[in-house]
Amino acid sequence: MDAWSRLADTFLNWGYIGEVLPTMFSYGLLNTIVLALASGTIGTVLGVLLAMMGISRTPVVRWIARIYTDIFRGVPAVLLILVIGLGFGPLVKELTGTRSPYPLGIVALGLMAAAYIGEIFRSGIQSVDKGQLEASRALGFGYGPSMRMIVVPQGIRRVLPALMNQFIALIKDSSLVFTLGLMSHERELFQIGQDFAANNGNQSPLVAAALFYLVMTIPLTHLVNYIDKRLSTGKALKPEPDEAAAPIGKGAHS
Amino acid sequence: MSHFESGSLTGKDLHLAFGHNKVLRGIDLHVEKGTAASVIGPSGSGKSTLLRVMNRLIEPDQGDILLDGRSVLKDNPDELRRRIGMVFQQFNLFPHKSVGENVAFALRKLRKLPKEQAWSEALEQLDKVGLKHKAEVRPSTLSGGQQQRVAIARALAMQPEVMFFDEATSALDPELVKGVLALMTDLAKDGMTMVVVTHEMGFSRNVSNQVVFMDGGVVVENGSPEKLFTDPQTDRLKKFLSDVL
Repeated sequence: MDAWSRLADTFLNWGYIGEVLPTMFSYGLLNTIVLALASGTIGTVLGVLLAMMGISRTPVVRWIARIYTDIFRGVPAVLLILVIGLGFGPLVKELTGTRSPYPLGIVALGLMAAAYIGEIFRSGIQSVDKGQLEASRALGFGYGPSMRMIVVPQGIRRVLPALMNQFIALIKDSSLVFTLGLMSHERELFQIGQDFAANNGNQSPLVAAALFYLVMTIPLTHLVNYIDKRLSTGKALKPEPDEAAAPIGKGAHS
Repeated sequence: MSHFESGSLTGKDLHLAFGHNKVLRGIDLHVEKGTAASVIGPSGSGKSTLLRVMNRLIEPDQGDILLDGRSVLKDNPDELRRRIGMVFQQFNLFPHKSVGENVAFALRKLRKLPKEQAWSEALEQLDKVGLKHKAEVRPSTLSGGQQQRVAIARALAMQPEVMFFDEATSALDPELVKGVLALMTDLAKDGMTMVVVTHEMGFSRNVSNQVVFMDGGVVVENGSPEKLFTDPQTDRLKKFLSDVL
């Protein structure tokens, strides 16, 4: 066998790929999605809370948010997952009787995502012009309703692309829960690929896992770009007559 | 335009400081019901701050504010602001809502009008400023002058007793200033009580009933336009007028 065909066999052995696909489809993909969605939900809820704390008028509340954010953004994800997953494992087992580190993996990912998402929301909310709050208050809305109905919706709109990027990062980072030693049916795409690869001394199962990730992340990346473009052009609800005509050249501006 | 049910507005000995920076140092101001007062003065003199203190966007450190002769400092500030409309230099329309919704929003949420009624009242207000046909579009598609007229409609829809204008024409291109000033002139003629912070000396002189000259956080001169513009008493007003006219 020459070098080229050896390489092709190492990465694209269709036999191995075919063997690993059913497992990936039956629960690997689902586990990756569950990990990403569940931790993303925790991260969003906590992130909104952190953002609110981050713009609080009480300094102590701001500091708490600041310290949390600095710590959870400042350490590697894999370290956080190990510390939380292994550290709280015995306690969770005592309380619930479950040995599975899977929920703790979700919590660890969620806590980490919250730090990033909180910063995304906070910067979005703070980027809204001060005049918006002032105008809303001048109409007679209180501070809370003004923030809720006028400022926050505009802030969140602006950071939708960044939020989507964070979710893409979570899909990829969900692979790190493998460090906790999951049960067979709890394994996600990466771990399944990794196990097959190790057992067969061939990287093709990992390539299969990579394809699964790409099928999820590439469309999301392009969706982000699309949203970004739409938001920055600030599309009108109803185009002006001459604007609507412009694409076909009728009555368009010269 | 209709006649307005407006009230008189009085500020008594208003003080405000940000740390060591004393922005207002004892302002006394009385605007008679149905009249327009214009507030002029160099930038940094506290004019815009005075408006924000009188509708309690910023709480004064000291002094009193009376609407129709009654002190409003003990009232809920949100309810006070519903009685005082405000128009800003930068328009501050809500960019994520349509033009009509910019006007209808507060009618639904604050005046608790049903959806259809809020919308038809919003259209009515927009009609008065000549922009009914723009109700469905986003504010960003309008010119600055149109946006400011929408902002005026938004404030008027709340049926305020007093209107504040904070340099409402300063951010407009010169050719758009006229339309907004004409609208403000109509309002004044229809009996709206108005406090107008402005650099438009023409408006101040020809439309307002009273001119207030502020400098350094105090009212330096206060009186009829004829008196202030033709016979300024202080060096500070003389210098200001010679700078701007």
